[in-house]
Amino acid sequence: MLRTVAARLVQIIGLVLAVAIVNFTLLHIAPGDAAVVIAGESGSGDPEVLDEIRALYGLDKPFINQFGSYLGRVATGDFGQSYRFNEPVTSLVRDRIGATVILGTTAILFAIIVGIAVGVYTARRPESWFSHLATVLALIGFSIPVFFLGIQLIILFASVLDWLPAGRMQDLRFEGNFIQQWIDIAEHLILPAFTLGVLYLAQYSRQTRASMLETLQSDFVRTARSKGLSERTVVYKHALRNAVIPVITLAGLQLGTILSGALIVETVFDWPGLGRLAFESVQARDAPVLLGLLMLSSILVILANLATDLVYRLIDPRIRVGGSAA
Amino acid sequence: MKSSLMRLLALVACLGLFAVACGGSDADDAVDAATDAVEDAVDDAMDDDEEAMEDDAVDDEEAMEDDGEEQAVDTSLDEEELEEIESDDADAGAVDSGPVAGGTLIIGSTQVPRHFNGTVQSGLATAVPGTQLNASPLLFDENFNPQPYLAESWEVADDGLSVTLNLVEGAVFHDGEAITSEDVKFSIETAQAGHPFKTMFAPVTEVLTPDDQTVIINLSQPHPAILLAMSPGLLPIIPEHIFNDGTPVAEHPRNTEDFVGSGPFRLVEYETGSVIRLEKFEDFFIPERPLLDEIIIQISPDPSTIVLGLEGGDIDLTTTLGSAANIVRVRDNNELILTAEGHEAIGPVNWLEFNLADDVLSDVRVRQAIAYAVDREFLSNVIDQGTTFPVTTGIVPASPYHNPDAEAYAANIDRAKELLAEAGYAEGELTLAVDYIPPGQQATAEYIVQALGDAGINAELNVSADFPSWAGRVAGGEHQMTVNQVWNWGDPVIGVHRTYLSSNRVGAIWTNNTGYENAEVDALFDKAGQSVDRDERIGLYAEAQAIIADEAPIHFLSTSPTWMAMNPRVQNPPVGIWGTMSPMLDVWLAE
Repeated sequence: MLRTVAARLVQIIGLVLAVAIVNFTLLHIAPGDAAVVIAGESGSGDPEVLDEIRALYGLDKPFINQFGSYLGRVATGDFGQSYRFNEPVTSLVRDRIGATVILGTTAILFAIIVGIAVGVYTARRPESWFSHLATVLALIGFSIPVFFLGIQLIILFASVLDWLPAGRMQDLRFEGNFIQQWIDIAEHLILPAFTLGVLYLAQYSRQTRASMLETLQSDFVRTARSKGLSERTVVYKHALRNAVIPVITLAGLQLGTILSGALIVETVFDWPGLGRLAFESVQARDAPVLLGLLMLSSILVILANLATDLVYRLIDPRIRVGGSAA
Repeated sequence: MKSSLMRLLALVACLGLFAVACGGSDADDAVDAATDAVEDAVDDAMDDDEEAMEDDAVDDEEAMEDDGEEQAVDTSLDEEELEEIESDDADAGAVDSGPVAGGTLIIGSTQVPRHFNGTVQSGLATAVPGTQLNASPLLFDENFNPQPYLAESWEVADDGLSVTLNLVEGAVFHDGEAITSEDVKFSIETAQAGHPFKTMFAPVTEVLTPDDQTVIINLSQPHPAILLAMSPGLLPIIPEHIFNDGTPVAEHPRNTEDFVGSGPFRLVEYETGSVIRLEKFEDFFIPERPLLDEIIIQISPDPSTIVLGLEGGDIDLTTTLGSAANIVRVRDNNELILTAEGHEAIGPVNWLEFNLADDVLSDVRVRQAIAYAVDREFLSNVIDQGTTFPVTTGIVPASPYHNPDAEAYAANIDRAKELLAEAGYAEGELTLAVDYIPPGQQATAEYIVQALGDAGINAELNVSADFPSWAGRVAGGEHQMTVNQVWNWGDPVIGVHRTYLSSNRVGAIWTNNTGYENAEVDALFDKAGQSVDRDERIGLYAEAQAIIADEAPIHFLSTSPTWMAMNPRVQNPPVGIWGTMSPMLDVWLAE
């Protein structure tokens, strides 16, 4: 177990280095640079202005020098200064990571709980009207563009019905105590978390359903039934525990990609998290911020994979045994 | 139990979604909003970047009545729309009671400031909060006339070689230190060294401070743009005792932290890229001003979100609506006010420019043919849905220097075909590519491709992935022709000369990217840039515009006004020539 964790951590270093090289190079060879964007915002294309900006951020130096000094700084935990926000990348990320964690966790939990519940139900009664409806909705949920769904929900719940706020994390005019503040945040959270969750929800429910159908027909379930166990015990204690493994795999992998999902949702709902930061940084060619976020994202993917492996071991003894044998 | 509740919720949500998307009367809006959403964000960032804030230094005494009329004629909106715009002007939301002090104004913006120090940073992003935080020597009225602000009076020497400012007594910075002539001198010198608009203070040779209240600015040549260059957005007065510590001003930490300004509001909080909170400065030098207690600028990357905020009453005012779809959406909403009034000093011009180094386009007949083929009226009225106004030269009609008599190339497809034949091209023989600033100008570029097709030219779009990619192509001269948007900055010295001067072919965007060279035009601009006689300048610019029109290095399309959308409770909205880029001293909120 410990060895696995250690090996994964070593992988992270290699991967981060690879991510840095690939992304730094890609950003570098893209036409135009941050200086053009900054000068553009100033409304001046004066070459003197461009030169000043490039000198300020070291963009006038050769690629190898830029990359070398970047790696050197990253090694010491300094991810550089954002061109656009004029602030250290680490502090930008620190300010925003909480919002993304709240949104991402809520969305994934919502998707897992509802997804598995729907999946189990439809597997047990595959011919019921609800099952058919769920299948159709899952298909729609999976294929509908996130930004489209988000805007439809805003129009319906914020504009037409005026039940929920259209965007942001908190009401700017808000005044109240700690608990009221959390209620305020929760109200703002419903629409973006639902939107982000729907995509995953659709996948989880389908995955659970397929996996559950298979498991319910396997020998050990028949054995359990023939032992005279109640249907409830058979389904929830025996079958579900096995059926849920692929869902956990899926969820684990997606935990790492939550940042990319959040990118669009946060932009549409004006949620002040890392996704919105990434979106704005792409537009502004804000290379230090983008590189920082891409690294963070890749580290998340590795950690999520690691966590998934560990959870497997807890749930499925076969993997535990196989793992130590190897 | 919980899962069935969730099921129900999901079901309701999805059904509601279909009702809205498929059957509801909002279907079009919904689809528009959706497809525009992500695009808009990019689009807007780009547009406003360019529009960021070019400044004008139009002479004083310019009566603007003519321009007002002209714009009304030029708009070609239908009557209903015109009425609406008129009724939506500054007085529309006026209430009977007098101004009431207090309240919080929430401004929605897509613009992220790098910092708040306008001496070294131009742009809407910095100027909207920056002009609340810092005062400037002068304000400007709706006729581009200077008005007292930190300078209670001023005088331009007869030879135009010096300007004397007399500062108001008793003005203090937010930390209580007095604002003196030394601060003004320091601010001018900082802007001269570090502001992106190099032409603003270029002729300043020295700044003298004979006493605390007097500033004398000496110039190497008469410089008509100098007064407008002392507008709030262009020359904020910053505290020397804070910034003159050896740290380069552009990188100074106090540009955002512990901000000490000279303006009517002080900085309470800046959540980077998200929220700017400003609070009334109690010791501001103008008594009983500002009226508002607080201004909050809420930054959202997506203008559609801002529009929703306006509709829901969470946002009071915005100037960053982004797309035509959003502008039309607000225009059609009876509960909101939309106005094109204000921000006249910015003057953005949309145009189609030709790369004169191209073999085909170096022929003036081909350029003129294209100009005749592309119908600017159709573009403004149909493609832009009345959100832009046609223009015929590179100086906007709102400027006193606009020449209404230059060759306009009114749409004439037959004339276009004739000119192409004269140039020796049979129908279908020519193939040309059109670039544009993505994604905001895509519709314009697509129309141009279509229009050129009608004239017998095989045109195709050249799509750049994003703004920097486009900028790289155009700066490198890789394009044949491109749609572009360039800001006037009011005084041609700042925003117009740069496009035509042969000395400004320097391989960067918004310089002379056509490669245009005409010694006569160079001489006219040079002379106009040093004349303090307004009538003489009008004549010189008129001549230059006429020559440029005849040679057609650029086909001028339209001007995009800064559409301002607001809640009717906003009284005395900022509709001056600098609009929201000026201190909101008189703005108040009705309940």
